Parts: sequence; C-alpha cells; structure tokens
Amino acid sequence: MDLSSINWVLLIASLMVASTPILLAALGELVVERAGVLNLGVEGMMIVGAVTGFAAGLETQSATLGFAAAAVGGAALSLLFGVLTQVLMSNQVATGLALTLFGLGLSALIGQGYIGIRGVEVPEVNWGPLGDIPVLGTILFRHDAMVYLSLLLCAAIWYFLQHSRAGLILRAVGESAEAAHALGYKVVRIRLAAIAFGGACAGLGGAYISLVRVPQWTEGMTAGAGWIALALVVFAAWRPGRLLLGAYLFGGLTVLQLNLQAAGVAIPVEYLSMSPYILTILVLVVMSSGRARAALGAPAALGKSFHAAA
Amino acid sequence: MFRRSFLASAALALALGSAANAQDDPTKVGFVYVGPIGDGGWTFTHNEGRLAVEEAFGDDVETIFQESVPEGADAERAMTQMALSGVDIVFATSFGYMDQIIAVAEKFPDVRFEHATGYKRADNVSTYSARFYEGRAVQGHIAGSMTESNVIGYIASYPIPEVIRGINSAYIHAKKANPDVEFRVVWVYTWFDPAKEADAATALIEQGADVILQHTDSTAPLAAAAEAGNVIGFGQASDMADFKPAPRVSSILDIWGPYYVDRVQAVKDGTWGSVDTWHGIGDGMVGIGEITDAVPADVAAEAMALKESIAAGEYHPFTGPLNMQDGSVWLADGEVADDGTLLGMNFYVEGLSGDIPQ
Repeated sequence: MDLSSINWVLLIASLMVASTPILLAALGELVVERAGVLNLGVEGMMIVGAVTGFAAGLETQSATLGFAAAAVGGAALSLLFGVLTQVLMSNQVATGLALTLFGLGLSALIGQGYIGIRGVEVPEVNWGPLGDIPVLGTILFRHDAMVYLSLLLCAAIWYFLQHSRAGLILRAVGESAEAAHALGYKVVRIRLAAIAFGGACAGLGGAYISLVRVPQWTEGMTAGAGWIALALVVFAAWRPGRLLLGAYLFGGLTVLQLNLQAAGVAIPVEYLSMSPYILTILVLVVMSSGRARAALGAPAALGKSFHAAA
Repeated sequence: MFRRSFLASAALALALGSAANAQDDPTKVGFVYVGPIGDGGWTFTHNEGRLAVEEAFGDDVETIFQESVPEGADAERAMTQMALSGVDIVFATSFGYMDQIIAVAEKFPDVRFEHATGYKRADNVSTYSARFYEGRAVQGHIAGSMTESNVIGYIASYPIPEVIRGINSAYIHAKKANPDVEFRVVWVYTWFDPAKEADAATALIEQGADVILQHTDSTAPLAAAAEAGNVIGFGQASDMADFKPAPRVSSILDIWGPYYVDRVQAVKDGTWGSVDTWHGIGDGMVGIGEITDAVPADVAAEAMALKESIAAGEYHPFTGPLNMQDGSVWLADGEVADDGTLLGMNFYVEGLSGDIPQ
C-alpha cells in the first residue's frame, strides 16, 4: 500500500468538480420536493441539459450561453412534467420515470450531430494572488464559475427556505396543499415554479458534465447521476446544508476509490460503488426509527396530487 | 424505450415492405447492438461494418438493426422479432447475448446467427472475435517509448480475459521498450460511463501517469488527457480522430466490415457454415490507426515494424520467456501461448502490480 503517491490536495480539488453535477441537480430536486412534488425525472432533465448546454455552447462559442441554454432546456422539459402532474393530475412517480426515458431518447436525437466533437472551453475564475496560496489556493481558488455558483446557490436556497416569506409559503404548500390553498395561495402555480427551478438546476448539472467534467457529448453520458441526486435529497433529509455535505461525500467516494486503485491499494470496488446508496438507506433507517422520526423532515404532502375541489 | 419501440415498428414496417416484393429477394441481414450507434466506439464500429455490407451488395441486401438492446431476456425478444421478420442472418454483437442466441437459434433453424466474442456454437450459430491484444502490443510499445514519468495509467473495464489479455500484452511490450515502466490499473466496472472514465483518467494523471491506455469506449479519457496537457492516449475501438495529433497519438481499430461482407456472401452462395473465427491484424480485423507526428519518427517506425511482423505471423505478442505475476514460469524461451490459455486468461504477467479483482 502506497498512499504517498496520492496528491490529497488535488484529490480534494477534483472531488469538488466531481460533486458539482449531483449537487446542482439535488439542490433543484430539494426545492421541488419541499413544494410537495416528487419528480423522478432528474436523470432525463440532466441529460437534456447536457446536450442543450453542449450544443448551445459550441454554436455560440460561449460557455455562459451554454449553461443558460441548459437551464432553459431542463426547465422546459420539467414543465412538461409539471403540466402533466399539476394540471392533468397524472401520477407523479410514473410521469417522472417516463420523463427520464423520454429525456434519454430526446437527448440522443438532439445530439446526433455533436458526437465526438470538442466542446467550448470553460475558463477558470481568476482569483489573482489567491490562487497562489499553498494548499488552500489549489483547493478553493482554481475552479470554474459553476463550482462557486453551486455553493452560492446552496446558501441562497437555505436562506430562502428558512428565512424568507416566500420560502415559508413554498414549504406550506409542501406540508399541506389544502391548508395553503385555503389561505389563498396558488398551489399549482407555486409548484409549477418549483418544478421549473428544479428542471433548470438539473439542466445546469447535466451541462456541467458535458461542458466541464468530461467535456464532450456522448449519448447517455449522465449514466445514473440523476438517481444519485435523488438519493442525495433523502440522505440530506431535505436540508441544503446536509445536501452539500452529502454531495461532497458521494462525489468524494467515487474520486477516492479511483485514486486508491491508481495508487495500487487493493480495495473491493463494488462496495465503494454501492456505498452512496447504502449510506442513504442507513440514514433513512436511523432517522425513521422511534423518537427521531419527527426529525426525518419529509414534506408531508410529498408526491400527493392536489386538486382544488370546487 | 421510446427509441426502441420506434425502431421495432420501423423494423416491422420494413418486414411488411419486403414481403410485398419478395420475388426480388435481397438477402436480409439483422444487427443487434448493445449500445447506441453514437457511442463512438464498439457499437459504432459494428455499425460501420453494417454500412460496409450495404455498400458491397447495394440493392441485393437489406439490413435492419436494433440499438441499445440490453443483455439478457430482452435480447431474446429482439432476435425473435428479427427472425420472424424474415432475416437470413443475424449478427449479435455483444458477449452477454450468448444464451439467448442459442435459444433463438434452436427455434429458427433456417436463420444463421453470428455471435461476436462468444464461445457457444451450434449448426446455425457461428462465433467471431478479434485479436485485440495484437493491437495492444503496438500500443504498449509506443506507450513505453514515450513515457517520461515511467508511469502508465490503464483504465480497465471488467476483469474478464479479453481485458486482462490487453493489459498483459501492453505491459510486456511497454516493458521491452522501457525496463523502468510501471503500470497503474484502475477498474471502473463499466464499458461506457464518460464521467467515470474522465475521473479515472484524472486520478491517474494526478498520480503521475503521462500515458493513458483505456479499455472503455468513450473519448472522455482523451478529453481529460487533452486538458492536462503533456499526456498522451490512444483511440479505442474507433479512431477517435478528433483528438489528433495529440493526445491521441494512435488507435486500435475494430474492422468488422470485411468479415460481415464475407459471411453475407457465404449466405448468398449457400456456403455458410458454423465456424469460430478469431482474426487479428494479419486478417485485417484489427487495425492500427495513423500514428501522428507527436510520436518520434524512430518510435513510429519501430511500432510499424512490430505491427508488420505480427501481421505476417512472424511474431506472436505472447512469446516466451514469460513468467506469471508470482514468478512461476508460464512460457519457456521461444514458446508461444496457445489460444485456449489466451481465451481464459485470468492472471497478470510478471512485473504487473496489484491483484485482478475476482
């Protein structure tokens, strides 16, 4: 065993990059679920974001426009889910799964002409002298803007949910749609807005894979990241702070196991691959046992359709 | 799902269309793919083979295909559907279709089946594969000659003989070119997951590898190498020419077209029989993609000479003296590995570190 060949500073830096896609997607899904909607189509929205982001970035030669297009693409697809489940009252689980399958097919169709092409360059943010600080500079100040945006977004969502009136209303809708409706809040509209936000975040997460992490377009390239994001929301007990921790833990496990292998450490790869899911199950078991149950924090109206009866 | 049912109905429409003008009777050829054609690697090259069949026979042949057919029960459905639609021959292009092919072939004795990389045969089932380890030998030579850090990263997919042969072959020839060379193998347990492949490449590069070899299908490791700079890699399955002249300095090519054309011709001539084919560089099933200017001229010339001697049958990449990892003798001086051992290879040769996961 030779751990000295692992550069731990670089490992932490690449851990942040590897975690950003699931962090972005999970942040969006967290807001959606806090509004009482379960959208299982994260994977589909991510892959559509990946292809629209890559295509738009390439055509305009601007990474910013690429990410913007990815957010729009993800949001557009999520609104399809929104209309079906909120207006036409279809089953959320079935519609979400269909959205994933649809997104995978649609992205393959859109991406036909973009396979194997090099994408647009995404520049690192220039922090000037800060980037030269030993250790910290490499870990914190040598990333692209999306890494910082995802951290800002995490803080913003925490503030929004805990300390703003609009966040309170959104949570009310997620806890009891009927009560919120009785108070005069537009449940369907609020949920549609949350769904669109979730789609935009998933789109950004997908585009981060196709524009930064890989960077190129190939069919099916998200390869299950959307499902990890879904598990992550549960793991985090619907709290943004824990979500950040969980995302870096999940992403870190992947990067760590690859690094350990490269260093020649004999580790059972299968166990590390399934560890995010095992952790999620463990957290669920611990949290839902006995008195701690109240702390689980799942929105009470999660996954329930709401129809304003006349 | 959407795409598959669309293709299935397209296949059905084709079948109905061909029934209408059956008197013309073109040979109908079916292809079953495990991934999307757009994977840029394995399935992409099989589809190139299909296009070669179309070009060779023109109107005398009709091809149908189904993409992204999962290994397992669904493959049986896909092949049954093809057989019912009146195909004369089916090329099933993934190892995991093996039992399904045997089952379907029993039900349709008049349809010929060709199974890529499998080993179960029947009267109407042939198997075929390519000796990719010959290409790995050339790749290993270039890698060993070019590395400056003496650390070569290898992204491996699954611990199966096919992949282990590649690692051994590349290592043996890298070591010949550069005795100080060291291999770092990372198992990613996937044929295709660009994000994971990119992460694996990054991990290897961060630990000092300046050559990345891959046995996975996407171009993500090359993209990671390009970003790191001063790191080279190779195209896998297809040429991956977008990354020329560096980091992609050469590639191993899967060339299925000539074999497919031969077999379809055999069906037309009525000479088709069940065979087991394992072709290499000499027969043209494995190709070496253009070696770019990023490789010094003398190294490129040595690599080409190695390729020629393998193609001519003068040199076998597994020629003794070779020891197994634990130091025990595998091949004596001048002894050549037999195909049986190669097909079941589950050990590293001497010099490689680490264990093969079981």
